[in-house]
Amino acid sequence: MTVRSIMEILEARLYAGQDTLDLEVNAACGADLMSDVMAFVKEKVVLLTGLVNPQAIRTADLMDIKVIVFVRGKSPTEDLVAMAEENGMVLLGTKYSMFLACGRLYEAGLRGGGVREID
Amino acid sequence: MKLRFEVSGEDFSLAGRASTELKRALGRLGIDPGAVRRAAVAMYEAEINMVIHAGGGVAEAEILPDRVVLVLADRGPGIPNLELAMREGWSTAADRFRELGFGAGMGLPNMKRNADELRVESSPGSGTTVTMTILLGKGAP
Repeated sequence: MTVRSIMEILEARLYAGQDTLDLEVNAACGADLMSDVMAFVKEKVVLLTGLVNPQAIRTADLMDIKVIVFVRGKSPTEDLVAMAEENGMVLLGTKYSMFLACGRLYEAGLRGGGVREID
Repeated sequence: MKLRFEVSGEDFSLAGRASTELKRALGRLGIDPGAVRRAAVAMYEAEINMVIHAGGGVAEAEILPDRVVLVLADRGPGIPNLELAMREGWSTAADRFRELGFGAGMGLPNMKRNADELRVESSPGSGTTVTMTILLGKGAP
């Protein structure tokens, strides 16, 4: 699924990454706790989160995650946008809640969890 | 090659910056991306712990041909029960850090998962030193 499709499905606003709308992702992860992202994410995913701070960007950067969607109508500050641009990331914002945003992407065919096996 | 980072305990917005810099430095050296990610994540968790629990400290990374050795030392309160601290989901972080996206109780378990060797030296009152070795050429965990 392309970033462009994700934007349409989530009726999202684009904050950073204008040039990479054709970037493809095949899995998604919804999390507000960044240690969980680092513990479980395996593939390159789109990260859906309600956490809007530098650590969300840094966590994504460390995990080679290129697309972040801020849920629940949250929007990034200018310094976060600058950080994302510097790292070549896409930042989106949607008014949908975490549950609904994940549900809409799942329904549209983005089915991969992108996480390691949890026992 | 040795890198040294002062980790501030005052400004949470800076937490994780040293790990990001380490990732860039390792990437520039052409080290395989799996090992770079493991080193960066292991250090990030330790760095965040140092900020959350110990008011900052010093992080050092020694880059050798076959491994990266990370040493993070603080002068915080120490870890009273290391066995509990190693358990996934166990956390003593203050609620305000949870609101910042941390305190999931995955810090030390994440370090253990990503490092090939983890040593934690800690005693109440004298701080904590975390030493982690990441072998190069082993890829992702």
